[in-house]
Amino acid sequence: MTALLEVSGVSVAIGALPLLDGISLSVRRGQILGLVGESGSGKSLTAMAAMGLLPLIGGRVTAGAVRFDGQDLAGMTEGQRRALRGRRIGFVTQNPMTALDPVQRVGDQVDVVSRLHLGLSKSAARARTIDLMAQLRIPEAGAVAEAWPHQLSGGMKQRIVIAMALAGDPDLIIADEPTTALDVTVQAQIIQILGSLVRDRGVALLLITHDMGVVAQICDRVAVLYAGRLAEEGPVGPIFAAPAHPYTAALIGCIPQDGMAKGSLHGIPGAVPSARAFPPGCRFHPRCARATPECTRDVPPLLPRGVGSAACFHMTPEAG
Amino acid sequence: MTARALPAPVRALRRPMGALAGGWLLLVILMAVLAPLITPYAYDIQSLKEAYQPASSAHWLGTDEFGRDLLTRLIHGARTSLSVSGIAIFLSVLCGMVLGAAAAWFGGWFDRAVTVVVDLTWSFPEILIALILVAIIGPGTTGTMVAISVAYLAQFTRLTRAQILTLRGETFIEAARSLGASNSHILRRHLLPNALAPVLVSAMLATGDAIILEATLGFFGLGAQPPVPSWGGMMSAGSALIFKAPWIIVFPGLTVAVTVVAINLFGDALIAELDIRNRMGGRA
Repeated sequence: MTALLEVSGVSVAIGALPLLDGISLSVRRGQILGLVGESGSGKSLTAMAAMGLLPLIGGRVTAGAVRFDGQDLAGMTEGQRRALRGRRIGFVTQNPMTALDPVQRVGDQVDVVSRLHLGLSKSAARARTIDLMAQLRIPEAGAVAEAWPHQLSGGMKQRIVIAMALAGDPDLIIADEPTTALDVTVQAQIIQILGSLVRDRGVALLLITHDMGVVAQICDRVAVLYAGRLAEEGPVGPIFAAPAHPYTAALIGCIPQDGMAKGSLHGIPGAVPSARAFPPGCRFHPRCARATPECTRDVPPLLPRGVGSAACFHMTPEAG
Repeated sequence: MTARALPAPVRALRRPMGALAGGWLLLVILMAVLAPLITPYAYDIQSLKEAYQPASSAHWLGTDEFGRDLLTRLIHGARTSLSVSGIAIFLSVLCGMVLGAAAAWFGGWFDRAVTVVVDLTWSFPEILIALILVAIIGPGTTGTMVAISVAYLAQFTRLTRAQILTLRGETFIEAARSLGASNSHILRRHLLPNALAPVLVSAMLATGDAIILEATLGFFGLGAQPPVPSWGGMMSAGSALIFKAPWIIVFPGLTVAVTVVAINLFGDALIAELDIRNRMGGRA
């Protein structure tokens, strides 16, 4: 089966400022790809590029191509891209607290998506909305549909946002840090809901997160972004067993484990560099324990490693 | 969660101050609407024999210098004052919202042009702008209406523009766009409805100011022309007779004062009920 969303060698700039450099990733139906990185690494920008929404923030694709179901997004008119968004690509925004219009009842906000994209009547759209809400385990869906956003809890709002993303019956769902603003227990429920969507409906899911724990829990593949470049990409199992890139290893080291000794949870010293001051060579070298003079000079190419690929001069050997 | 909440104006009426102020406003509006049916006399029938009478059982608020019943003229004056200021503010809100939304939406030179012109009018007192406009258009109800609506245009244009600019960066706008909503859909369904509540509250409060402005223009003899009564016109006539027949100026003056205070109190109750922070969901 071919990839549903294929991002190949995409570079993005806002004005004269290059922000993404040669990002490649792909998602198939029934698959969950985790897109991981710290704040400022370019995760959300990648999502914007995948939906063709870059012009909105003054950005443009300077190299490479985004293909959805084999079609190049750049070759479409804005009208065609708009017809794609919501209908074939569902988007779950970052912050459920502000993702709903405060002056519209939540049911109406879900209805409008299926009315627009599936051409449903008012009553058919509402029936579909209540059905979707029930599938997302919203109790008393009929009553909740009549509620205003401020009457709902964060977890409930996020389910409404997911229902909006599903209302157009999309093939791909892009979820931009869907659990960041929620309690840990609610986070687990939302992640579970997203995972079951992929298994039950066979949709593709691009899950943007900075939480490696979430990736380990539900993703099939993972792509690690650092400062606008792909550090490592591949299936979750092998990467978690033996990460090739020191940055991936460091991110995995940030997951708290059961029975951990006090003080053994590691952070990564330093912060992601600003796009105005990317270091030369490998962009991770100022924070990397393995950095050599070569790393400060040359850009490491993305090379195949086992079933995935990584961009580092000092890759850890594969496990086994 | 399940009960449909009552609309904000109804909830405002349940507050003690809101009930008092709202009750007065409803009474004044009702009297204005029903004026010809409930007034004991015609507003323009003169009876010089009965001139300058103080309050009596025949004339509850007395009579004016032509022997006309003051209560009748006060109630008919409510018609003029409320309709002129109400229509003027309605026009002002309508034009202000269109102009402000267009400025925020299109940006660029159009936005700059609108902002400059609006700020220019903003820098003069409303009464000055209104006087200049009435001088150009000519006195009368139409002239007063246009003058008042232009005088308050800057306020609503600026408010709408600021609202739309803030709202445009909200996550729900990004969400709508990423689900395939068109520009006009976002403007009509999300931006304007969200900008509406603060604009309506400000329109409510501006109506109070507009009543004063209408009375002022009437006092200068630029409003509704005799014999049509207006509160400002009545006060103007009464001002010359303030020692001879003080009731002629006192009753319309009191009515203007109480009505404007009532509008402001009701506006406060409305703001408290709308509670913008609560609406925005947990971000207070």
